[in-house]
Amino acid sequence: MSLHYVTPEPVPDMVQLLTPEGQRVDNPEFEWTFTDDEIRGLYRDLAIVRRIDVEAMALQRQGELGIWASCLGQEAAQIGSGRALSPNDMAFPTYRETGVAWCRGIDPLDLTAAWRGLNYGGWDPIEKKFNLYTIVIGSQTLHAVGYAMGVQKDHADDAVIAYFGDGASSQGDVNEAFIFAASYDAPVVFFCQNNQYAISEPFSRQSRVPLYHRAEGFGFRGIRVDGNDVLACLAVTRYALEECRTGNGPVLVEAYTYRMSAHTSNDDPTRYRLAAEVEEWTLRDPIERVKAYLVRNGHVTQSFFDEIDAEGNEIATRLRAGTLAMEPPALEEMFDWAYAEQTDLLTKQRKDFVDYKASFVSEEA
Amino acid sequence: MGENITLGRALNIGLRRAMEDDPKVLLMGEDIGKLGGVFRVTDGLQKDFGEDRVIDTPLAESGIIGTAVGLAIRGYRPVCEIQFDGFVFPAYDQIVTQVAKMHQRTRGKVKMPIVIRIPYGGGIGAVEHHSESPEAYFAHTPGLKVVSPSNPQDAFWMIQQAIACDDPIVFFEPKRRYHDKAEVDTSAPLSAAPQHLFSATVAHSGTDATLLCYGPMVKTCVTAAAAAKEEGRSLEVVDLRTLSPLDMAPIIASTRKTGRVIVVHEAQGSLGMGAELAARITEECFYDLEAPVLRVTGFDTPYPPSRFEEDYLPDLDRVLDGVDRAFGF
Ligand SMILES: Cc1ncc(C[n+]2csc(CCOP(=O)(O)OP(=O)(O)O)c2C)c(N)n1
Repeated sequence: MSLHYVTPEPVPDMVQLLTPEGQRVDNPEFEWTFTDDEIRGLYRDLAIVRRIDVEAMALQRQGELGIWASCLGQEAAQIGSGRALSPNDMAFPTYRETGVAWCRGIDPLDLTAAWRGLNYGGWDPIEKKFNLYTIVIGSQTLHAVGYAMGVQKDHADDAVIAYFGDGASSQGDVNEAFIFAASYDAPVVFFCQNNQYAISEPFSRQSRVPLYHRAEGFGFRGIRVDGNDVLACLAVTRYALEECRTGNGPVLVEAYTYRMSAHTSNDDPTRYRLAAEVEEWTLRDPIERVKAYLVRNGHVTQSFFDEIDAEGNEIATRLRAGTLAMEPPALEEMFDWAYAEQTDLLTKQRKDFVDYKASFVSEEA
Repeated sequence: MGENITLGRALNIGLRRAMEDDPKVLLMGEDIGKLGGVFRVTDGLQKDFGEDRVIDTPLAESGIIGTAVGLAIRGYRPVCEIQFDGFVFPAYDQIVTQVAKMHQRTRGKVKMPIVIRIPYGGGIGAVEHHSESPEAYFAHTPGLKVVSPSNPQDAFWMIQQAIACDDPIVFFEPKRRYHDKAEVDTSAPLSAAPQHLFSATVAHSGTDATLLCYGPMVKTCVTAAAAAKEEGRSLEVVDLRTLSPLDMAPIIASTRKTGRVIVVHEAQGSLGMGAELAARITEECFYDLEAPVLRVTGFDTPYPPSRFEEDYLPDLDRVLDGVDRAFGF
């Protein structure tokens, strides 16, 4: 059986505000003005997140991280949606949301620590308004709905955003999340990054219809946006969050994008996709189009790009050095957080094990 | 006469044989087609048997097992792959409320010859939900049978026997042993299987104490037995192979011979396989025991981040420490 390759269809009802060539275009519903400053800021975000991703991938290849889930190619979907959030809005990510994490002020070292196997994610989800990564596919969409139901009960105007992939749309949990959200009108934006694959399974294995069409069947609005267009992702997510705030939510946003890298560093994509497909999508690179726009219209000179490159390199250097310098966690910690009220059993196991380990040290000494 | 193959490859050849032998056998799971599964256990099977028999499924575990139930009612023999141990839980409802009870509820009119393959256990440096040992949940469910091979030879035979069995079987594959190699005679017919599927075996014979183990821990225990020998202690290692039903005869025989038993498993100690074994042995061999049945297991915490796993997982030293404790009574 050969790998079959279908040229990505130009999707007529996909919101786009910046073409792959870097031309600003209008959309009748999502008319949006962006200042040059704003676009320059988005470019900086995109470029730095890519730099972080590339560095983390290199760290994985050198054996410093157990695994890494790259967001290469998905930066616009993540930065666009991430920058649309207000400080109090709560985000529920999956596990490749480096760009969203960046927007929420998560130190990239907190991401590498988790992938290095030191913890389950070291940041405070409440303070950062960014839940811990969720590896079990789709689970977090229900958490997002529950959180949104809480927001509603508090009569607050925070909004909630749940990230998930095209593959996740097949899970029962995600479909149950849609039902609950619709049934309670919960203020939640379902932000699906359709990156065309769930590991090796193409999107056609998950759905016969475009994903955003599904929303209608559950009774809320679905919008497809060009996921490689940071302006469109920002505008559409802002609109969707506003719908939530004004009591009209939920909304499903399908960001139509592409995973340029392997699923994770463990994956071999040559088994299931063709180089031509990757090349085709390279032409739609989310960063290049902003760069093209800025060069033509953004009142920037080469030094603007040079400065951002330098800043990215600095962050990457810090990421590398910081990751390498991470201390192994204290042994006892394994026993300390399983319960809020420690149990006798674990107290005993902790003590026994600490003593047991110490017996080796004294033997060696 | 055999081939020197890995445990993963032995499963692959076993699956191929089962599919050749019975056209009703189907494989289902995420990424099992072109990718050959994330561990490549189904490598090449879709190419040879087609997409109708090696079915790439949507990303939905409840869907995989629930549709397997329907296929089984229709006369097929589905072999389902769950990608990792921690991802079986979306399917847990279907497995314990439907798969496990169908035969009883229909008084045998409907059989559930479903095999649920689950790569399990730690030691590969993975992230959350990729290293767990959930066997006790399933062994606790009447109507399910639970087995775990520990070596390539058993993997080759047990997968074929499991597929041929008319009961639903949860088939736990020790993922950190996928690359271990051994000689396997892959040309012999299924009828020549050296052992019944639901039987335990002595992996290393000895006289002073018994290590009871299965799956990934068998190799660890055999290594421990070799190390103990140098110190003048003779350990017997019993590889359970089947967790439910338990094959008690070899367990009892070994207990009578050595008088000291240490159960070793990766899963949390409390309320697990070790507890069941200790209770059964105490009931059946009370007067033969020189010491209480001890357990060397994972701790009663969630499986830790991978930097802790060497400490979490029973290793040679902890097994030998358990043996020392058994001799302390
Ligand atoms: C319940 C569950 N089943 C299987 C897996 C293994 N797995 C990890 S990622 C993945 C594919 C996810 O695809 P998608 O939802 O499209 O997100 P993407 O990784 O492409 O961003 C699978 C099958 C898992 N993590 N959780």
